[in-house]
Amino acid sequence: MNPIHNLLEKVKPNFEKGGKFEKFYPVYDGMATFLFVPGHTTHSGSHIRDGIDLKRTMIMVVIAMIPALLFGIWNTGYQHFLALGETVTFMDQFIYGAIQVLPIVIVSYGVGLGVEFIFCIINKHQINEGFLVSGMLIPLILPVEIPLWMVAAATIFAVVIGKEVFGGTGMNIVNVALTARAFLFFAYPTWMSGDKVWIGDMTDKTLAFADGSTGATLLAQATQKSSGFIDAAGVAYQDTFMSAFMGMVPGSIGETSTLAILIGAAILLITGIASWKIMLSGVVGGYVMSLLFNLWGANEFMLVPAHEQLVFGGFMFGIVFMATDPVTAAQTGVGKYIYGFLIGFLAIMIRVFNPAYPEGVMLAILFMNVMAPLIDHYVIEANVKRRKKRTVAIAA
Amino acid sequence: MEYFNIFVKSIFIENMIFAYFLGMCSYLAVSKTVKTGVGLGAAVIFVLAVTVPVNYLLENYVLKEGALSWLGQDFADVDLSFLSFIMFIAVIASMVQLVEMAVEKYAPALYGALGIFLPLIAVNCSILGGSLFMQERQYANIGEATVFGLGSGVGWFLAIVAIAAIREKIRYSNVPAPLRGLGITFIITGLMGIAFMSFMGIEL
Repeated sequence: MNPIHNLLEKVKPNFEKGGKFEKFYPVYDGMATFLFVPGHTTHSGSHIRDGIDLKRTMIMVVIAMIPALLFGIWNTGYQHFLALGETVTFMDQFIYGAIQVLPIVIVSYGVGLGVEFIFCIINKHQINEGFLVSGMLIPLILPVEIPLWMVAAATIFAVVIGKEVFGGTGMNIVNVALTARAFLFFAYPTWMSGDKVWIGDMTDKTLAFADGSTGATLLAQATQKSSGFIDAAGVAYQDTFMSAFMGMVPGSIGETSTLAILIGAAILLITGIASWKIMLSGVVGGYVMSLLFNLWGANEFMLVPAHEQLVFGGFMFGIVFMATDPVTAAQTGVGKYIYGFLIGFLAIMIRVFNPAYPEGVMLAILFMNVMAPLIDHYVIEANVKRRKKRTVAIAA
Repeated sequence: MEYFNIFVKSIFIENMIFAYFLGMCSYLAVSKTVKTGVGLGAAVIFVLAVTVPVNYLLENYVLKEGALSWLGQDFADVDLSFLSFIMFIAVIASMVQLVEMAVEKYAPALYGALGIFLPLIAVNCSILGGSLFMQERQYANIGEATVFGLGSGVGWFLAIVAIAAIREKIRYSNVPAPLRGLGITFIITGLMGIAFMSFMGIEL
């Protein structure tokens, strides 16, 4: 690491006040603090400084998403060759997937960080690394066939309207990645749903799916009440729960494998970065709602067992990586339970009730993002009231 | 069940603010703190829940073509529907007067905080909108009309307290100077509209 450190120190004067590239100091600062823990010390009094700052936190989340990303890359290849009815080696599947997925990741990061840099230079504040996470989340929640210019447009929209107008990282009201997805979902619905977008190279070619198979996601199949769940090769899933848990089903790039997501969740929980309260109450909320629907049982979709509802679609992905976003979630302890519970509850409700949007998790989280400040407000009010009562009781 | 459907529908799916963007002026002006938001929201709930059924009665027993037939055969083909706007507004204005007097008497602090926006409920688009939607959708009986009015009011209440809480939170945000105040509020309203779109298309 030393040569890099030396290089950074060498170019530093250029970026400081009076240097050649004074304007670009935020860029330099962003790079330097990204690579090394900054040596800043406090100016007055003594504080305990922890090595874990915003950048370290964000990187942890990105690391937690790596299993889902790798699985998504492989699954893209797997689904593609399965749809064509070809059998190829593991490496071929992986390479094909990488060719499909990596451009989306690169576009998302490139465009997003570009916008972020521009805003930081104009506003003259430090580059915030919130986008490291958003930039990874955006590709993971998109279908693999999404055109790259749409990824770019959605990223710009989300970063500017969702975040920068509020003053940057930590100030936003709604989750940036979800804003990007919602933007695409409502602006280009044909690219965000249906049964052709989830599998690589099946949209513009006249290729037919092998053996009368379907490329629809499990949720879409469930809402269409097709007879049983059929995978891309036309073979009915013997055990829907296991295939959805492992993730060998069509879907957005990173959302299919519950197993990979749970590995990420474990990383987040062990390092203490994500709130376990939100994850727990979210899962409980989804489970309770599914059980209620099981009891009601008005249609076939309501009868899907509760534990299967939890592994379908983006439910786990949303709960683990997006509901726990510390900025847009509820901030108070009790508020987190309410917030998480309602996300799970609403997600399953939208999924079952609203045939137009089988992927309800995204919208449920967005809705609760909007409601989170209100929840916090009333939790705090209640605390204030309780304490007031206590002091009055003591005084009297 | 029908009542419940209308109620949920008018709160979430056909929310006055996020689906129709009605009643925006007071929504934007009075949403600086949750407390005043709650006050105005409650007033709107009350006014909507009272005026919609009253206007329903007016519409069905006075204004609509043939509505006056209960007076006798001579009135069977009288059509007074050209008067509906003015009648609806008259009912709304008198209701608002009532609310204003009550608020002034029992919550003078709130009365001061709401200022001109309390009497302005009379010309709040969501209130007249509620009555006109009632007329257009032809609810089967007065119960449905009441539930619709109540639900629309609750939806408006929810919208204004939610944005008030958000605006209290972003008071600490570093919003670019040109966007401060109404600009950022409009953007938030748009984002909230996207969130509320989750309910669109649900058939109840």
